Amino acid sequence: MATYTLISSNVLSSSAASVTFSSITATFTDLVLRCSTRTDAAATQSAIKIFFNNSSPDTSATFMEGDGASVTSGFPSAPVLVFRASAATGTSNTFGNAEIYIPSYTNTTAVKPFSSFGVQENNTTTAYIDVVAGLNNTTSAISRIDIDGNGNNFVTGSSFYLYGISNA
Amino acid sequence: MPHKVIVDCSTGITTEVELTAEEIADQVAAQKAAEADRKAAEVVAKDRAVAKAALLDKLGITAEEAALLLF
Repeated sequence: MATYTLISSNVLSSSAASVTFSSITATFTDLVLRCSTRTDAAATQSAIKIFFNNSSPDTSATFMEGDGASVTSGFPSAPVLVFRASAATGTSNTFGNAEIYIPSYTNTTAVKPFSSFGVQENNTTTAYIDVVAGLNNTTSAISRIDIDGNGNNFVTGSSFYLYGISNA
Repeated sequence: MPHKVIVDCSTGITTEVELTAEEIADQVAAQKAAEADRKAAEVVAKDRAVAKAALLDKLGITAEEAALLLF
């Protein structure tokens, strides 16, 4: 049976451009990152990007996205869009949320896949849902994860939880 | 001054670090690029909606009726 163990977390007490989990222990099988985010972008939503081991060019992904009216898919350039946060002109006090799953993050013989499922909350007809299949294209064990506001700042109350999974 | 948060998972210690001038420049550039992407996506979505409405009008069917043809 899989066991979730909280490795580290952070709930922002002031705005921040990015949040980094560094020196991630290699004692688990998989990692799960859960984020609840809102940014100061002058829009209803903004794209959040993630990269590993402080190297954004090594991450690639395909995504499928729905906005309540249409569905799109694509292959964004690195660092890749992974999910969308609620933002400044969206419904007040709402946060987008996302879960990123990173299996076999300590494997040093193969590249690392990851998946993400995220939704942006906005109490209007347009709100985004994103499903991402990603790849960290190196054989280095993942010991660092950067969650980047892509030019915008995460606002106070945004939260980030990193879990380790044993015996997944 | 904008800053970034670093959580050291080995110690549990969280530090707030001010962005360097280079990082601030990168942040401004990323913000501009993201805004350009967002506006481009809005144009594409608007054009698509207009084209869809025109096609439905040409076919003389509703969006619900068109959806029936897809499944």
